[in-house]
Parts: sequence; C-alpha cells; structure tokens
Amino acid sequence: MIGTGAVVAQTAPLLAPLNAATGIFQYIWVLIALPLAGAIILLTTGSLLKRWGHIIGVATVGVSAILGIIMLLEMMGRSADDRAFGQTAFTWVFAGQFDVDVAFQLDQLSMVFVLLITIVGTLIHIYSIGYMAHDPDRKRFFGFLNLFIAAMLLLVLADNYLLLYVGWEGVGLASYLLIGFWQYKNSAAAAAKKAFVINRVGDVGLSLAIMLMFVTFGSVTFSSVFANAGEASDSTLTWIGLLLLLAAAGKSAQFPLQAWLLDAMEGPTPVSALIHAATMVTAGVYLIVRSNAIYDRTVFAATAVVVVGVITMIIGAIIGSAKDDIKKALAGSTMSQIGYMVLAAGLGPIGYVFAIFHLLTHGVFKANLFLSAGSVMHGMNNGVNMRRFGALRAAMIITFGAFTAGYLAIIGIPPFSGFYSKDKIIHAAFEQSNIVGIAGVLAAGITGFYMTRMIVMTFFGKARWEDDAHPHESPPVMTIPLIILGFGSAFTGMALVYWGDIETWLTPVTGLEERELAIPTVVLEMLTLATVLVGVGVAIWIYRRSVPIEPPQKVSVLTVAARQNMFDDAINDVVAVRPTWYTARFLVWFDNRAVDGFVNGLAAAVGGVSGRLRRIQTGFTRTYALVMVIGVLAVLTALGLVMLP
Amino acid sequence: MNPENYIILSGLLFTIGALGVMIRRNAIVVFMSIELMLNAANLAFVSFARINGTLDGQVVAFFVMIVAAAEVVVGLAIIVTIFRTRRSASIDEPNLLKY
Repeated sequence: MIGTGAVVAQTAPLLAPLNAATGIFQYIWVLIALPLAGAIILLTTGSLLKRWGHIIGVATVGVSAILGIIMLLEMMGRSADDRAFGQTAFTWVFAGQFDVDVAFQLDQLSMVFVLLITIVGTLIHIYSIGYMAHDPDRKRFFGFLNLFIAAMLLLVLADNYLLLYVGWEGVGLASYLLIGFWQYKNSAAAAAKKAFVINRVGDVGLSLAIMLMFVTFGSVTFSSVFANAGEASDSTLTWIGLLLLLAAAGKSAQFPLQAWLLDAMEGPTPVSALIHAATMVTAGVYLIVRSNAIYDRTVFAATAVVVVGVITMIIGAIIGSAKDDIKKALAGSTMSQIGYMVLAAGLGPIGYVFAIFHLLTHGVFKANLFLSAGSVMHGMNNGVNMRRFGALRAAMIITFGAFTAGYLAIIGIPPFSGFYSKDKIIHAAFEQSNIVGIAGVLAAGITGFYMTRMIVMTFFGKARWEDDAHPHESPPVMTIPLIILGFGSAFTGMALVYWGDIETWLTPVTGLEERELAIPTVVLEMLTLATVLVGVGVAIWIYRRSVPIEPPQKVSVLTVAARQNMFDDAINDVVAVRPTWYTARFLVWFDNRAVDGFVNGLAAAVGGVSGRLRRIQTGFTRTYALVMVIGVLAVLTALGLVMLP
Repeated sequence: MNPENYIILSGLLFTIGALGVMIRRNAIVVFMSIELMLNAANLAFVSFARINGTLDGQVVAFFVMIVAAAEVVVGLAIIVTIFRTRRSASIDEPNLLKY
C-alpha cells in the first residue's frame, strides 16, 4: 500500500457477550412485529379499511420509530460496554448439530439502523399519503411498504446469519413488489423481474457463505462466528469474505451486479427514496461492516471490497452525469455514494465507522433528494425528463429549498452532512492508499458536477415545460416530510459528529484505527472542496445558458456509454443471458434428438418386432396343435435327458 | 398277454389321434381324434395300474371319462354353433382369432 501511514491509535472491537434484554429492551421484537402486523392487516383485509389503510401504515411504523428513539435514549444512558442486548424469541431450527434460534441482537450498529429505517420510513410513509392519494391501490402500497420495513428491521436486528437471510429475502421481495407496483406498465414489470433475478445472484453468494460458515464454525450466530474467526484457515475466510461481497454487490447494486438499480426507478418515487436510496441498498454495507471480524483477517477479500467500491463509485457518478431522467440521475448518484460506503468498509477498521456514518447521512439526504424529485414530478404531470423542467424554483419554493439542502449535503459543502461523512471516507482512503484516495476526490468532483447539472436543469434557467404542465407546490402532507428531511440533510452530519460522537459510539462493534497522514487534514479538506467546486463550476458553465429539449447527439464516447448505463445490459447479455440461452437451446435440441430419440427409438423397435412376431398367430387351429405337440415333445425330451442317467 | 403291448397300443392310438388333430380339416373328425387321444391315455393309465398292481390308474381313468363326457358336450355345442353360422364344419374357416 502506497500511502500507509504509521498507526496512531487502535481499538479492537469488543466481543463481549450480549446482555440479557431487560427493561425497555424486552420489546425489541415489537419493533419488527408492529410493521409486520400492519402489513398483514393491510394485505389480507381486501377492500375493508380501504379509507383508513394509510393511517394504519403510518401509525405502525411511527410507533416503531418512537420505540426506537426511547431505546436509543436508554442505550445512551449506559456505559459503552453495556449497550449490546440479545433476546431469544424461540428455537427456530433444531436438527442434530444445526441449532438456530429466532433471536435478536440490538447493539450500537443495529440501533442506528433501526433509527434510520423507522424515522426515514415514517417520513416517507407520511409523504406517500399525498403522493399516492389518487392511486386506487394506495392501501396495497402501504401494505408493501410496511412489509419492507418489517423485513429490513429483521435484517438489521437478527443475531445470526440465517435470520438475517430471512430479512434479506424479505426486503428483496418487498423491493420486487414495489418496483412492479404499477405492474400494468410493461417497463415496471420487467424492471421488477430484472431486480429480482440480479438480486438472486447475490443471494446465492450469501447462502453459500452461510453454509461455509456452518461447516467451518458449526454455528451461524454472529457471536460464535466472530469469536472463532481467528481459528479458520485463510482460504476459508477469503471465500466467506468474497461470497459475502457477492451478496452485498447484489443487494447494494455494486459492480458487477449494478444493472438493476437504474431500472428500479420504474417504481413509485417514495419507493425509490425508501428502498433504493436510504435503506435496502445499504444492506450490503451493513453486511460487510457487521462481518468485520472476517474482513479484518483476509486482506484479499477486503481489497476486493475496496476495488468493487471504487469502480462503482466512479461509474455511478459518470452515469449520473449523463442521465436526463431525474430519478435515474439520482439512482446513478446512489450507486456512486454506496460505492463510497463499500470502499470505506473495505478499508478495515479505519473505515467501518465512516462507512456507517456516510450511510446514515446519505440515507437522510438522498431520501430528501428523491422525495423532492417526487414532489417536482407531482407538480409536472409525473414527467421525469429534466430537459422539460427548468425555472421551477418560483413555482415550488419549499421543494426547491429541500432539494437545495440535499444538494449542499451530497456535494459536501461545510457544514452540511455530506461534508463530514464524505471527507472522513476520503481521509481514511488516503490513510490506506493514495490511489483510492484520489479516486474518492475525483468522484467527489463528479458528484459536484452532476448534482449541479440536476439542480440547474430543474430549478434554474428558462422554463422548458410541456404545454399542459402547470407546476404547483405539493400539499402539506408531502412538504412537511420534505422540510424535516431538508433540515436533516443539513444537520445530521454535524449532530452525529458533535452531539452523537458516532466514532466512539460504533467503535465497540467495529473497532477503530487511526493512522498518521503525510498531508494535514485541513489541506485534504480544501483539496476535496476545491475539486467539488471545479465540478460545480463546470456544470454551471455548461448548463448556464440554454438546455436543448432534445438530447444532443454529438457527444463524447463517455456520455454515450453513460446514457446506456455503461453498457451493463449488453455486458450482461454477453456474459450471462446469451450463454444461458444457447445452453438452453442446446439442451432442448439434446432432449428432442438424443433423449427423445432414444426413447422413441426403443418404442419403435418394440413396435416393429412385435408387429413381426404377431404373424405367428395364424388363427389356424392345426398350427396351434402342432406347436403344442412340439412343446410337449420338447418338454418330454428335456425331462428324459434329465431323469434318465 | 404282456401288458407292455397295451402300452405300445396306447402310444400308437395317441399318435394317430395327434396326427388326426393336426392333419384333418373336418371339425368333427378333429374332435374324434381328440377323443382317441384321451382314450389312448386312459388305456395307458389302466395298463400301468395293472402292471403296478395299484388302483390309482383305474380311478384316474374314470375321472378322465367324466371330464371327456363334459368336454364333448361343450365341444359339440361349439361345433354345431359354428356350423350353423358359417355353414361349414371346416376347422380352417373360423380363423378370425389372429393378428
């Protein structure tokens, strides 16, 4: 590693046994049970409760959020080594040596996820009341959203990999159902199927990793796997690490399984905000950070994580720079930002904390950006083409304000959220390797470019609206969550650094390591900020005047590639689809010719032989008599030969 | 007289009967040939009973006669029915029961 500095401080993760869940922590299961109950009620009662469906949806998640906040306050009152709780609900699988409980683990890492999921989830639920107001299936929509929240909470609260897998599949199912919510649109149905199939590739990785863990450690609980990780062989740990990375790549839309995320924007915008920006797509980062005991012991797998993160970070940013569809541009940005987190998670103990930190701030500001985009679409007849927006800031001032807060947060202008979290990651990257660090700075510059392009094309310049567009601000039920998330975008980073002390908070779970750096932190921050401002300046310079309504055709190769999502469909087609297709065709041919040929040939042979044999049945009594006599003579001869010596 | 001569006679009668079954076409004659074979067998039974000095063979001969009587009833009835429907007692004519 080029830029490795000397280790200044090092804290190992605490592997203390979990405390028994007492007091308020007896109700960990309620966090999951409430949204699950909401989902069951909403999805099984048909047209009953149709007018009140959204109230049930919001209330269940909201109560979970309040419960989560109470637990956080209770947890903050305790000492650092007394903050992890375990609760066993019931024995799930008990077969020979395989023993798995449905058991929950609430520690500092799960806690921040619970808060992110429930609080952002509640805001997005409230927003959806307005956004889906005219949809006849709004109740079903809320049922699916609740199902998602329950599955996601199960994912982060599970105390073993198998239960985590249940949540993992649950969020995949909810994602599928919600991307394809408007299933009468062919594009939405296809996008849902694509997301499901590509996620399946990653899920295979997770299931193989779990099997490998059981074979190696004899258990799949976090505590025993991490406690015994040191005893496993290097190659086993590397394989587990790589398989978990495959799982994370599928769920978090990382290279090479990133193709589904852009198409997933076919779903309703609150879905894009909740699932495909704030929570589900970050499950991969959670998985890697949670499995830190494994990645700390295998340099190869950890390096692979960094490489995947860097590649996705760059290509996501490039894709985001070329899309005219506001949601797809944001989706490219999500890929890129998750790339940052994955990169940080791959850096080891110097990065885990900052991966989660960026995950939290990103969860808030990206949800804000998506909901603002949804609000813009709501006022523009559901149009998504930024070339038909422009000059919208006067028409929707609250949306513009919220979007601006998210914009300043994502490009990392101090003191907005992204500044704290992203600079920490870039800092950690430089501690590990200069190349990774420079890539991080570069991606930050591109982020500045595409976000500025987005905000200029949407809110500034001349109006390029379609003739029947009458932009208007959204109802308060949508703007209030936007205002809250706008403030969240601005201040989450600061709050987590100065008030929450996120580093100290997470260290018992992830460990922490600080290294000496050749260049001072301030210089690094200035460098990053300067690069971002260059990106912003370039975008303003290009888009300050007119934006053509038709996308220009004379563009660079990079833009062409980015418009086609870096040819990911074509690559998948060559790598996976066509080989499968040809194999299937060969197998059909083999089945028709070889297998059926053999079976049919056998039948034809039997038929032919019997057709000839039946000629023996002449119908003449004399023939039968002759055969009988011959038979008797034969038997007698045989008997005679045997009996007579 | 030597009982073995009866055995030889029985064999001759059986052979004549078997040949009659295979060669003749008239159903009645074929039927008679079958009766000839049955009686040849009876003669053999009785002769062996005499040779061995036991009654077993004679008892079996009675059973054969009874079965043969019953068989004649059925067999002749079939032949009469075939003759009525096909106007012929040839054994080669009713050859429908074939491939």
